[in-house]
Amino acid sequence: MHKKQLMKGNEAVVRSAILAGCRGFYGYPITPASEITETAAELMPKVGGVFLQAESEVAAINMLYGASSAGVRVMTSSSGPGISLMQEGISYMAGAELPCVIADISRGGPGLGNLGSEQSDYHQVVKGGGNGSYRTIVLAPYSAQEMADLTAWAFELADKYRNPVFLLADGFVGQMMEPVEFTNAAVEPKVPDWAVAGTKESRGNLITSLHMDNDELEAHLKKLEAKYMQAEREEVRSESYFADDAEIVLVGYGIVARILKAVTVAARAAGINVGLLRPITLYPFPTKEFERLRKRAKVFVVVEMSNGQLIEDVRLAVNGARPVEFHNRQGGNVPTHDELMALVNRLAKKLAEDKLFTDAELHVKETLAKVAAEEERLAHV
Amino acid sequence: MSSVIIPEYEVTHSRPNAFNKSYERKGELKHATHYCPGCGHGNVHKMLAEAIDQLGIQDRTILISPVGCSVFAYYYFDVGNVQAAHGRAPAVATAMKRSRPESILISYQGDGDLTAIGAAEILHAANRGENITVIFVNNGIYSMTGGQVAPTTLVGQKSTTTPNGRSIENEGYPMRVCELLATLEAPVYIERVGLGDNKQIAQATRAIKRAVENQSKGLGFSLVEVLSPCPTIWKMSAVDAQHWVRGVMEKTYPLGVYCDKTKDAHPRTPHAPAPPLSELRKIMGITSEEISAPEVKQEIAADKKKVDLHVRVAGFGGQGVLLLGEILAEAGLDAGMQVSWLPSYGPEMRSGTSNCHVRISSESIDSPLVALPDVLIAMNEPSLRKFDASVRPGGWVLYNGDTFPGDCERKDVNVLALPFTNIALEIGDARAANMVMLGALLEIADALPQASIDAALNRLVKSKKWIELDERALQMGRELYHEACVGV
Repeated sequence: MHKKQLMKGNEAVVRSAILAGCRGFYGYPITPASEITETAAELMPKVGGVFLQAESEVAAINMLYGASSAGVRVMTSSSGPGISLMQEGISYMAGAELPCVIADISRGGPGLGNLGSEQSDYHQVVKGGGNGSYRTIVLAPYSAQEMADLTAWAFELADKYRNPVFLLADGFVGQMMEPVEFTNAAVEPKVPDWAVAGTKESRGNLITSLHMDNDELEAHLKKLEAKYMQAEREEVRSESYFADDAEIVLVGYGIVARILKAVTVAARAAGINVGLLRPITLYPFPTKEFERLRKRAKVFVVVEMSNGQLIEDVRLAVNGARPVEFHNRQGGNVPTHDELMALVNRLAKKLAEDKLFTDAELHVKETLAKVAAEEERLAHV
Repeated sequence: MSSVIIPEYEVTHSRPNAFNKSYERKGELKHATHYCPGCGHGNVHKMLAEAIDQLGIQDRTILISPVGCSVFAYYYFDVGNVQAAHGRAPAVATAMKRSRPESILISYQGDGDLTAIGAAEILHAANRGENITVIFVNNGIYSMTGGQVAPTTLVGQKSTTTPNGRSIENEGYPMRVCELLATLEAPVYIERVGLGDNKQIAQATRAIKRAVENQSKGLGFSLVEVLSPCPTIWKMSAVDAQHWVRGVMEKTYPLGVYCDKTKDAHPRTPHAPAPPLSELRKIMGITSEEISAPEVKQEIAADKKKVDLHVRVAGFGGQGVLLLGEILAEAGLDAGMQVSWLPSYGPEMRSGTSNCHVRISSESIDSPLVALPDVLIAMNEPSLRKFDASVRPGGWVLYNGDTFPGDCERKDVNVLALPFTNIALEIGDARAANMVMLGALLEIADALPQASIDAALNRLVKSKKWIELDERALQMGRELYHEACVGV
């Protein structure tokens, strides 16, 4: 066991990436992701890798396209507006089946938003902001240690699926210092056989996302889809914290999940039957875990630092079987322990009074009420 | 009577090796290109393929196909092929070349690709002096999409989006790429050539070979702009189109060498060799220190007492707020506890207040956010006003000031208000005020051994002078706490 070191999540990402065999970093500075770029600038040249600050995020992601085409494990980092600019290149990389790792340390939006921590990049990262039928694998660390661990895993997944993989963290998780231990063994960089590396062996290779023939493109898209289905079978990860027997299941990722853990402990101490389900892979989404928990749970509560983006996937996974409540803060504000305890208490009270309903149940109630009112009206005619 | 004519020169009809024998990727008509009759791309492709043959670099060559008519360049060239997004070929080539310095990177681009959507990428690749070769085929129009205006379209020239001809009021003037890039320091070779007649074609052949050869010698950025006919979109015969290149285009785009620094250019310094994998951890400052008995320290800590300390530190940027928190967290880690340190960040780091959350716990830490601090260290009044109300009842406020503002007083918290900055100044430097306050906090918390504080200082403070000063400041803080709080 190695000694743990106090380190920012952002600094841990680069070290873990280099141990994972990453030898290329192309990026453009933006708060709150800049420490990643700066750490890469310091370390990449020392390990025989390439660091380059690009002229824009558009150029940066296309440099990833180039380095990845050449068979190098490569990464970048950015935040909100920068990720928006990268979407073109991400779509191309997914189409051309090029692996890469992108760390999004998200901030406030839309537009320039602010530098505060938000989780409002969920849609553009998890749903894919570029054109075409593609997916990106998205990992959501919630500690400095996970920033290191999930970075290492991200490189494995990127190569396994030949697809871009996101690390989606909020500013808190990126900037926070915690003890970190680098457990991953150093990986020797290798040139994959599909790469275009400027060698005799790789001369016949072609990297492209262009398929002019309709049938050829359709076949290509089916191949991509098969990879995503495989990822949905093999790569789903989530953490269930006191959730197995919980009536109230809190759902959140990143810094929110840390706060929800504290809330879970406090609420359990107060005798409320609460648990936490924390998705670690946002795509593929832990749908099966929701299916399992919804058998016992009476209500799911999604807490997000956005206008409600994760909640859409939760609603799909819960599939109308249970009510899904929502609590959010935005603009760089963080849900506080107190407001979440108040929410949990309110829900516990409603549960005790049997006043929590799914949309379908509410619809039935409303319809019955309307019918009753109509009967009442007719009775008086 | 017949006689055998002995030719003065050898006529060959062979195809360069750098071309595929047949164009399998094309799907149909495997022995013809997709280019229109009279199009300049065919000529330029052949010049490039011959240059690759003559320089003996086929295995090392990587061709970047752009978006535009030459999007299918990879149908024809038997080299490594990569197709890039519109305008981004120079960025793609940059990273490929830097990743594989032995390879030969050709960024083949049209004028819409290079001068419009890809203006930033070409400018910066040139400005960095990337050791790549750019073949820039300029026909003054967007051909593949059916003839829309390009930055290179001539004044008055009609296109589907300038139906009355390009006007300088609406579209500006034709963009002269060679002239523009030649103002930069880094490029070593920039030439504009044409396909207007055989003489021009011969010069173009030489220029393209030179541009590739420069790269193989490691000299740096080379670009050849080729004025190229597009009979289809220009709605001309192949012959008229060629004449138009020579007679009309050339007036706006004069041929010639715009930059040639090849004589003075030096090959780039090669990469330092990669260190062995076993060295990586050391290079990156990852400690390889093994913990001989990981449980021991934790047991001592647990033995001593259960610790769960929530601290908020706030003050002006420059007062050492973040460092104070970091030393506290580092010491906690050294003492075998769980720790977290969370800074505020953003514009408030430049001016105004800065603050951080520190947690030290003998148990695992759930939330790193400190909502209810046990101790607030307020290094200035705005920080006190911002966080005073959040302190847990029974907790402590350490305030850097002569007098505690009356309206901030709370009956349910303990206060230690002293002019810590002046005290620090007296012992050597006002900037050590954070350490004086940390000293007082350590006495209040009584959770961390001195050895751990020393270890944290040695790890985080680089100069010996400052370590000594900080040690004095910490001691002063401890004493001040006891003086002020005796009997409290």
